[in-house]
Amino acid sequence: MNWHQIWEVASAPDNVPIVALLFLIPFYTWYAFHQALENDALIDKLSADPALAKTEYRKTEPWNPKWEKEVHTWPYLMRIELVAAILVTVLLMVWSITLNAPLEEPSNPNVTMNPAKAPWYFLGLQEMLVYFDPWIAGVIMPTLIIVGLMVIPYIDANPLGNGYYTYKQRKFAIWTFLFGFIGLWVLMIVIGTFIRGPGWMWFWPGQTWDAQRVEFAVNRNLDQIFGVNGSWIAHLMPAANVAYAPILARIIFGVFPLILYFLVAGYFSHRLLLLTDFSRKIFKRMTLLQMVTTELFLVLMLSLPIKIILRLVFRVKYVWVTPWFSI
Amino acid sequence: MAESNGENNGAKKSTGLLDRVRQDVTELKETFKEKGKEELEGLKEPEKSQLFRSVFRVKHDETPRNRALSVLSNVFFHLHPAKVNRDAVKYKYTWGMGGITFYLFIVLTFTGVLLMFYYHPSKVQAFRDILYLENDVPFGKLLRNMHRWAAHLMIIAVWLHMFRVFLTGSYKRPREFNWCIGVLLMVLTLLLSFTGYLLPDDQLGFWAVTVGTNMARATPLLGTEGPFGALLGMTPYNDVRFALLGGSIVDANALLRAYIWHCIAIPLIASIFMALHFWRVRKDGGISGPAPVMLESEIKEEKGHRPVVLRPSGLQ
Ligand code: HEM
Repeated sequence: MNWHQIWEVASAPDNVPIVALLFLIPFYTWYAFHQALENDALIDKLSADPALAKTEYRKTEPWNPKWEKEVHTWPYLMRIELVAAILVTVLLMVWSITLNAPLEEPSNPNVTMNPAKAPWYFLGLQEMLVYFDPWIAGVIMPTLIIVGLMVIPYIDANPLGNGYYTYKQRKFAIWTFLFGFIGLWVLMIVIGTFIRGPGWMWFWPGQTWDAQRVEFAVNRNLDQIFGVNGSWIAHLMPAANVAYAPILARIIFGVFPLILYFLVAGYFSHRLLLLTDFSRKIFKRMTLLQMVTTELFLVLMLSLPIKIILRLVFRVKYVWVTPWFSI
Repeated sequence: MAESNGENNGAKKSTGLLDRVRQDVTELKETFKEKGKEELEGLKEPEKSQLFRSVFRVKHDETPRNRALSVLSNVFFHLHPAKVNRDAVKYKYTWGMGGITFYLFIVLTFTGVLLMFYYHPSKVQAFRDILYLENDVPFGKLLRNMHRWAAHLMIIAVWLHMFRVFLTGSYKRPREFNWCIGVLLMVLTLLLSFTGYLLPDDQLGFWAVTVGTNMARATPLLGTEGPFGALLGMTPYNDVRFALLGGSIVDANALLRAYIWHCIAIPLIASIFMALHFWRVRKDGGISGPAPVMLESEIKEEKGHRPVVLRPSGLQ
């Protein structure tokens, strides 16, 4: 175990936010779930007793009918804001006094940094470069993330859980978000920071970051694994164009795994929407457009881990190779 | 005093001046005592003074009406409603992350303006300016550190804010659109951080921005190396990456562009979106909760795109 290596990465001033995230995200997830389970218990109680549901305050907060329902912003909210501002300022002061912002050598296009890493909040995208070409990892995926986040309110047909923490009433939405946010965004950042060393190679925690290490890539494309060489298509082509047969064959071949994936993953996400009695009830409320959008984004989201597994476990580089782009 | 005036009436001419002065001084002493007492009394209630009222415009008594007015009649405070749900002020519901994000934005604007006093966005000076700032400017290092760490903290706070908004289902009707504004704010926050990264003009920033903008080369249709880019006549000298960098490499023009995006354009755009965001929080009925829990049996049998309920403006 090379503890020094771990320490060096974890204590780099610019990586402090990620180390902080490692604590903050589990904490706030716990904090939210703690309240969600409390509310769920209350929901169970009220569902079992409709008479009580009519009179109950319906919150886990203490309540006395004599109390005012609202309090004055001044001072009851503003004093909290003041305290928060002071605490943040103190934290920032202490952080800034104890840790210096990094400053490397002056920029020099002739001396490459190894590893050359994007700022930590974009490391998830940089990690995606391993699995996808830059046009997907750097352009299509960020666009899909932004659009995908923005459609959430319009495809979530579940009216429950508006304005309170709950797990029971929103299982599907919560799992999907946790999968995307923690599994695909934060986890990729953590991998990009702690696991990826020189040459963007995979170094387990405790392994020394060896800049001399060479990796023999045996990655192949799916068509190579299946031995697609275009001989069958060459027979059908005019003799002058036979040289293009392998390219054409690859283009045609690659369409099939993609169609297969969309069919299987699409069916899988459709099943997800129909998983429980409750989800079927919500499904009934969805319009066709909502259903199609939800399933499309689920399919696209799932394609990330699928490609990661294809690449890391089966050493597949591309599924579909064309002269213009490859996926 | 009136008595002594009458007595000295005859010899007025000879002793007039001296007496006048003496008399005025005694009067002044009295005035001083009287007005001084008033002044001291006034100090006990500064909120009644003309100065205070001219600034804050309303009386400040401990009455519910005035508590409300002190919020509503103040341009900085009137982002708030006069009253809030008694449970909504608890930390455990909002985690305060939206407010902390906004506070950090203010801190960043403040420290950023101070940094601008010491920084020239040119290849010759930029790096030296940072060295000068760190070594010679009083508290320069602290200033730079604060700007840097506040930026990182802001990103964490935005993410946690989004996480909270999601887990409380606060994006649901009627707050769908504010969620979208929020997503754009998050993107702007990331872009702010990213454009700032290049400004010290050191190896770290240079290579991070090189890696980042190289991806723009691969933009479909608009980048030289992107799908169909070359077919559409894209070269390293006319594609999107060129537009971003003001050149085909990360150099002086890129530095200037990053500087202008970072210090002027994005903060301006982000401020506008923040104003919209806060305005919508109010118009959508304030903070979403903690709301009374809803039961499954209470779902109304509606479907799909329902008409938006328009509230009279100002009604919370
Ligand atoms: C620069 C970034 C942002 C700032 C300064 C900001 C600020 C705020 C503030 C001060 C509130 C009041 C409640 C609270 O503090 O939690 C709020 C509410 C809200 N924010 Fe943001 N926000 C930002 C980004 C976002 C993002 C990224 C999202 C979601 C993707 C979002 C969605 C919302 C929504 C839906 C509400 C209403 C929540 C409710 O009623 O409970 N905001 N925002």
